[in-house]
Amino acid sequence: MLKRIRQRLPLSEHIVQWCLMCTAFLTVLLLIGIFLFLFLSSLRAFREITPSEFLLGNSWNPVSYHRASWGIGSLLQGTLLVSTTALLFAAPLGLFTAIYLSEIARPLVREILKPTIEMIAGIPSVVLGLLGLLFFAPLIAKTFHLSNGLNALTAGILVGIAALPTIASVCEDALSGVTRRYREASLALGATRWATIRRVVLPAAHHGIAAAIMLGLGRIIGETMIVLMVAGNSLAPPRSLFSPARPITATIAIEIKETIIGSTHWHSLFALGLILFLLTFLVNFVADFLIHRRTL
Amino acid sequence: MSMPSRFALLPLPLLLLTACNRGTSNTTNLTIKGSDTEVQLVSNLAKAFARHNTSAHLSVTGGGSATGIASLLNGEIDIANSSRPMSDAERAQASERGIDLQEFILARDGLSIILHPENPITTLSMQQLSDIYSGRATRWKDIGGSDAPIVLYGRQSTSGTFGFFRDTVVKDDYAQTMRNMEGNQAIVDAVRADANGIGYVGVGYVKDDQGNVRDGISAILISLKNSNPVSPLDREAVKRGDYPISRPIYQYLPAVPPRGSPAEAFLRFEASSDGQAIVEASGFYAITAEDVQRNSTLLAKIH
Amino acid sequence: MRLDQRLHERLAIGCCRMSALLTVSILAAVLLLLIFSGIRVMNLHFLTADWQHMDIARGGIFPAIFGSLALGIGVITVSFPLGLATAVFLTEYRPHALWKRTVQLAIRNLAGVPSVVYGLFGLAVFVQTLAFGMSLLSAILTLSIMTLPWVITAAIEALEAVPLHFRESSLVLGSTHLQTTWHIVLPSAIPGSITGGIIGIARALGETAPLILVGATFYLSHLPRSLFDPFMALPYHTFILATQHSSPLAAAYAAGTALVLFSLTVLLSVGAILARFWFRKKKDW
Repeated sequence: MLKRIRQRLPLSEHIVQWCLMCTAFLTVLLLIGIFLFLFLSSLRAFREITPSEFLLGNSWNPVSYHRASWGIGSLLQGTLLVSTTALLFAAPLGLFTAIYLSEIARPLVREILKPTIEMIAGIPSVVLGLLGLLFFAPLIAKTFHLSNGLNALTAGILVGIAALPTIASVCEDALSGVTRRYREASLALGATRWATIRRVVLPAAHHGIAAAIMLGLGRIIGETMIVLMVAGNSLAPPRSLFSPARPITATIAIEIKETIIGSTHWHSLFALGLILFLLTFLVNFVADFLIHRRTL
Repeated sequence: MSMPSRFALLPLPLLLLTACNRGTSNTTNLTIKGSDTEVQLVSNLAKAFARHNTSAHLSVTGGGSATGIASLLNGEIDIANSSRPMSDAERAQASERGIDLQEFILARDGLSIILHPENPITTLSMQQLSDIYSGRATRWKDIGGSDAPIVLYGRQSTSGTFGFFRDTVVKDDYAQTMRNMEGNQAIVDAVRADANGIGYVGVGYVKDDQGNVRDGISAILISLKNSNPVSPLDREAVKRGDYPISRPIYQYLPAVPPRGSPAEAFLRFEASSDGQAIVEASGFYAITAEDVQRNSTLLAKIH
Repeated sequence: MRLDQRLHERLAIGCCRMSALLTVSILAAVLLLLIFSGIRVMNLHFLTADWQHMDIARGGIFPAIFGSLALGIGVITVSFPLGLATAVFLTEYRPHALWKRTVQLAIRNLAGVPSVVYGLFGLAVFVQTLAFGMSLLSAILTLSIMTLPWVITAAIEALEAVPLHFRESSLVLGSTHLQTTWHIVLPSAIPGSITGGIIGIARALGETAPLILVGATFYLSHLPRSLFDPFMALPYHTFILATQHSSPLAAAYAAGTALVLFSLTVLLSVGAILARFWFRKKKDW
């Protein structure tokens, strides 16, 4: 790359460089800032709530008639249930769509289809939630003979739809990144198209595919509006896909508005935010790591 | 002009926006926030008020009574809408922060219990309601209906209706299986679609413009232990206090409003016959003579 | 090929075709359902009139459209220069250092943070600590932080795509680093950064969770006149209409608002893609 050519630089150059450096510093500052801020706020929550009750307790009821309880167990279960459902729906669908796009479709079809699928990423989640309320939840209720369609299944599928373009897009990038030589060599040796895909292309791209799924998972865990509108919002731990669930994101969005600044409830919501931040950080870190591992 | 310079023009529209600022940083002089039960009512009142007082600028937001109260205590708003009275703990917080809480009653509500039209039950006692919502009764046959599970719909903890119902009717924690819906309309929609559902909503969400029950739901009569069951749609019963779960609808202010302030004008408008007509048209009941009496103590303090 | 192998092959490839078809039909279904439920309220009055609560059929969603547009302009104004400056620093002044990797790691993680956490941050910092209150300014700043990673990533990609020899030729002819960047590199990179940034902004416009926390309102008696005023916004308006409003028309109005919002984001995304094509054609390297 370019070596810095030594020049006698005027003051303006130094100032500009310094300004740019501060701006870049800002981004790192922001990330650290968000984390620190969540962390410090959560610490204050733990003055009143014991960490063991928080992490291991199963009942979240900060405004209880009797004693307030602060266990995130049912909230975590809600997040887990909806996320797993969404991933099970979106990952296979996204992967196969990506395979179609990169290996099977004609170039013209691909040029049209790829931006179209990316368009799904642009659907605001409140729109998906609205359509869930108006059409999808009644459909689920009718199909499974439930009295109400607002449950983990409905939320899971809609959240999966929201994450689908991310998974498909990154998988497609990973698959296209595999050099043509491998495919050509495989076909030349007599393998069928599908055998080539299965035994040559997919293994070569498996790091990128895993990264795609991780990125999708990150998007899924952080989804707020859809679960707020269609997951049913019940504080009981969800017993099945057909139970209502209340994931962490929905809890924060619902309860933050009623908390008085500086109260335990206020700080406990930041503790929830911290958990969310750590979860998504972990998932994104793994995805990052996978992308940068050298693939074949 | 080289290309980068052109993009320096981008911030212009935003500067234009700020240039319209009249000098004071916040031109809204009445910020109202709180109860979702009240938000449409107060928005209607605000709109009518603004028509006569064109210099007044109001903003109304929902989020739940607890949201409004929290914002009031945080010093962010002028009036908090609350469909439940403030608790002792909240009043203590207010005096800790040096806030001189003022209470104003702007309407009356008959909190209604709604069922699906196919549900044969038409009356319930307060004790039965408490059993249902605390989870002690889990199937409809426990209270004389069919053998089907009871599906509970309620509000979220931000809601004053949530708090009021719990403290007045359930007198215990809600069953964990209760689904916390975002607003009154969400409960109505849910019960409409669920033959086994039960929900509680403000009477404004039960009545249509003519005062009849809306399609798709049935409002049941409530009885106290030994009295006759009373319907929430019976205006006189609600006003007399015969309906067991009728309640005043409140607004809270952080101090006595100064004479001539927008807050004072708005309160007087709400209590006026024009304001109360809007209250009735929005689906609530007008304030009783006692409520007027209580309000007059506040209005008398204004100087 | 044996018969069962051919069948297997056909099935597998058919499966992939079906998946792609399903994905595309999901998009089509969303579009169609939205249009179906929202179209009957769409007319000029809906788009330009003030919001009426008592009889929503007489009102329109203009304040919400205005609020969203104001948000969009604000976010562009704040995040674009900041993001571009960061990207310029990383690619022109420190292409190799530990700096770049650290900032890129920070960017990738910021992009993955859930929007509700940004809302929490914005609430505590802009609304409370800096005392901007529940205003347009707080929302703009919160959404700008959300958009920043996208703008930076797009700008870095665009800057790195500018061929090395552009910079080398310029420096050899005696211009300084700053002059090279400003007159040569940036003009070639701005188109690419814009398209990426526009997609980021389209996403920011559609976000509801930060607005719930940082503060859009339900009723406003006038349009926001300064940055410190409360405002209405399309996504929050859709949410409220879908869950709070008691009029029987509310669902249709919610769908109509959602349709306007979706059209806005689609317009922006399509515009960005078209711009990308146009600039690619104009490129002369």
